Amino acid sequence: MELPLLALVLAHLVLAAVLPLVSRRSRRAAFGVAAILPAATLVWGLANLRAALSTGLSETVSWAPALHLEPSFRLDALGLVMIVLVSGLGALILVYSAWYFGKDSRDAPRNAALLLAFAGVMLGLVLADDLLTLYVFWELTSIASFLLVGQGGVHRANRRAAVQALLVTVFGGLSMLLGIVFLGEAAGTYRISEIVADPPPGGLVTAALVLILLGALTKSAQFPFHPWLPAAMAAPTPVSAYLHAASMVKAGVVLVARLSPGFAGRPGWWVPIVVLGLVTMLIGGWRAQQETDLKRLLAFGTVSQLGFLMVLFGAGGRIAEVAALTMLLAHGLFKAPLFMVVGIVDKITGTRDVGKLSGLGRAQPALVVASVLAAASMAGIPLLLGFLGKEAAFEAFLHPGGVRGWLVGLGLLVGSVFTVAYSVRFLWGAFATKPGVDVVDAARPAAGLMAPTWISALAGLVLGCVPAVTDALAQRYAAAYPAADAVESGYHLALWHGLSLPLLFSVLALAGGALLHRQRARVRAVHRALHTPLSAQRGYELVVGGLERLAVLVTGRVQAGSLPVYLAVLLLTVLAVPGTALVLGGEWPRDQPWIGALMQIPLGLIVVVASLALLRVRRRFTAVLLVGAVGYAIGGLFVVDGAPDLALAQFLVETLTMVAFVFVLRRLPAHFDNPRAPRPNRSVQARKAVIASAAGVFVAIAGVVLSGARQEPPSASGDFIALAPETGADNVIAAILVDFRALDTVGEITVLLIAAAGTASLVLATRFDRRRRDGVRSGAGSPEHEEEILG
Amino acid sequence: MITLNLGMTIVLAVLYSVGFYLLLQRSLMRILIGIVVLGHGANLLLQLVGGPPARAPVLGTAPPELFADPLPQALALTAIVITFAMTTYLLALGYRSWVLVGHDEVQDDVEDRRIAERERPEGSMSDDTADTGTDDDEDPGSAAASSEPAATGGRR
Repeated sequence: MELPLLALVLAHLVLAAVLPLVSRRSRRAAFGVAAILPAATLVWGLANLRAALSTGLSETVSWAPALHLEPSFRLDALGLVMIVLVSGLGALILVYSAWYFGKDSRDAPRNAALLLAFAGVMLGLVLADDLLTLYVFWELTSIASFLLVGQGGVHRANRRAAVQALLVTVFGGLSMLLGIVFLGEAAGTYRISEIVADPPPGGLVTAALVLILLGALTKSAQFPFHPWLPAAMAAPTPVSAYLHAASMVKAGVVLVARLSPGFAGRPGWWVPIVVLGLVTMLIGGWRAQQETDLKRLLAFGTVSQLGFLMVLFGAGGRIAEVAALTMLLAHGLFKAPLFMVVGIVDKITGTRDVGKLSGLGRAQPALVVASVLAAASMAGIPLLLGFLGKEAAFEAFLHPGGVRGWLVGLGLLVGSVFTVAYSVRFLWGAFATKPGVDVVDAARPAAGLMAPTWISALAGLVLGCVPAVTDALAQRYAAAYPAADAVESGYHLALWHGLSLPLLFSVLALAGGALLHRQRARVRAVHRALHTPLSAQRGYELVVGGLERLAVLVTGRVQAGSLPVYLAVLLLTVLAVPGTALVLGGEWPRDQPWIGALMQIPLGLIVVVASLALLRVRRRFTAVLLVGAVGYAIGGLFVVDGAPDLALAQFLVETLTMVAFVFVLRRLPAHFDNPRAPRPNRSVQARKAVIASAAGVFVAIAGVVLSGARQEPPSASGDFIALAPETGADNVIAAILVDFRALDTVGEITVLLIAAAGTASLVLATRFDRRRRDGVRSGAGSPEHEEEILG
Repeated sequence: MITLNLGMTIVLAVLYSVGFYLLLQRSLMRILIGIVVLGHGANLLLQLVGGPPARAPVLGTAPPELFADPLPQALALTAIVITFAMTTYLLALGYRSWVLVGHDEVQDDVEDRRIAERERPEGSMSDDTADTGTDDDEDPGSAAASSEPAATGGRR
């Protein structure tokens, strides 16, 4: 296979498309079949470990190179870590889902197919080495998330959460697309590895980075865009575990991780990431301690950890990146099993409420051990992967020191205290025996639910005890940054770095977290005291509500539903745009003659007088006669102008028009206005008059200016005259109509035919009605079907 | 020298102004007359900007240098005929409308007016936000909701 990476991604999508066929046989088997492909991907990824640790594996599809459309993929250290999360955890969660969704669950078939499709597009996202490719997969994950959160659309909470997640992430995605185009054009390439190797300078690039950051921050639920993530907990727990803990929400972090090696030195890049990341870490950690729903507790925990990852990836520096990659892996490996535990607890007890669960720990020791392993990794307890990452993170900021180092380091310490506090709260809430709460009954969880939970929780322990594997990957990724000194170049993940400041910070975090949990009543009081009506969720609702109101306002104004208003807008636009151009660029011809020929004076007078009289006339018949007068006078003007053919046509058409008018007028009332109708508003009529005369004068002036700009008749006219003898016609007009421009004349005849058919059908329809209804008295009655409509 | 003369400029201004004004009215018959007047104006404009009065472009009646420009004449001729086609069709439409509705007034679009009076769109997202519904006693993210069997679908 020439393109193994692209083939893998496409295989996911193809299998997802045919998965419903399997679901029809057995729903559980569908999840099993779906899990095979991510598992195979994981094996393939691990088999390429050596390549990922050296130069990486890359491939490019040369689709439209001139347009920079060259989907390219790359497997490197970061990509391999993400494969572990996306495909490894994906396979485990799919197996878990087989038992989580009931055998007969109606939701199972679509969830199986969607989860697998999501695994495919997420794989494409983390392996993409081309910004445009990345963007396509990025939006596909948003759509998959929308469908998975929305589920069947039966519940309001699902719909609301799905729309919120979609609006927020797609808003970020679109601004990111703009940023990608800026960055790609500035760099001359959309290949991420090339851009990072030679980052382009300039103000446009700074704007591009801010726009791209907007995409990363919304996708990874960073403050102030974070509320969509807790809301998305309305999705089934396996979906939350996979999309909203292990993989999709990491997309923003991964994007930052991919671009940071090129841009971490620029304040426009690292300052917003580090500041917002820290704020997110603290807000998420604080809110997680107050949640009573275990799933929402974990969701805020995820928000907090994503902030932590953002800080690490955005900060730049050798040790920070070692820490970042380790934490990225660790977070997936502890957060996914914790979500799976919540799903199991929910499944066997029927609740996730901290206030209702009691005594579960005694009944389910196996579940407790798995949870403790995962939560301990989250809290950063030695022997677990989370500890290694957190140690490295403290080292990364405390070693260089300085104001920035200490500020960020202390911020991370407070965030870690919160993390420990909500980790303890999670274990306490799920398993502790609480005084005054009845011990819950619980069935034994199915092995299919327990096994994936154990595997991922144990992975954190194994990798924590054997740091070498993670260290190799992290060192490879961090090698993009130059080491500042010997400490940085010699830093490796290890269980024991000796008595050091980071170890002190770790101990402080554990002690502080335990203390916060013991004093939870006081913390709760502080939380209440700090409560404000201002929240990011409220902000989202205000923005969406405001947009809706604005849309209605604009639609109401623009789409007034009144024909005169529309026409007036058109005329005013003509006056404003071409009118301005005329005033600015037009030139009044100096040699304008007063009159072309004497006969134009009386004929012109007839036209003017008859037209103006049209405005005052109230009888329909008089109006038609006046129009006829205008028409005949214009025919006369044509004669004066030397256009007898035009005049002939004009006289003929005018006569026919009059006849047609008379046929219709015979059935209509004599006056235009219904005498009982209210008289038209004078000021409205005055406004119409002003607009109409302004537009009329504009046309006349444009005629003068444009004709003044013309110097010669078109050369085609001379050719027509010269060639007319060849057609056998003396009359040049006739030659043009039936020979030179004969096709136009055919088109004109077609228009006449269509109009005649339309007119005939309208007239005949009336006659048909009359015959059927024994005479519809004009204006007094309506055909049956119309009466129903008109009421 | 092809400049439009002043007298005809005034005639054109009057024709177009009257045409636009009638077009802005609500009576379908007035609108139709407005279109006819505008058509006259447009045909005249086409012809006039072709050049000052001259001899008819018929071979043998005058030397070709004295001919009026034949091209705008051919175009205006087409325009006259098309205007006629449109006039009769609109006339039939107005007549039909009068037969069905009993008047030939152009009414405002009721739906559009309704939208203008609303404060929020129909199916506003805030309908989903406001906690007014009763259909959501059950937590959709719960395990119970996810494993609901199809056979007893009416449980909810």
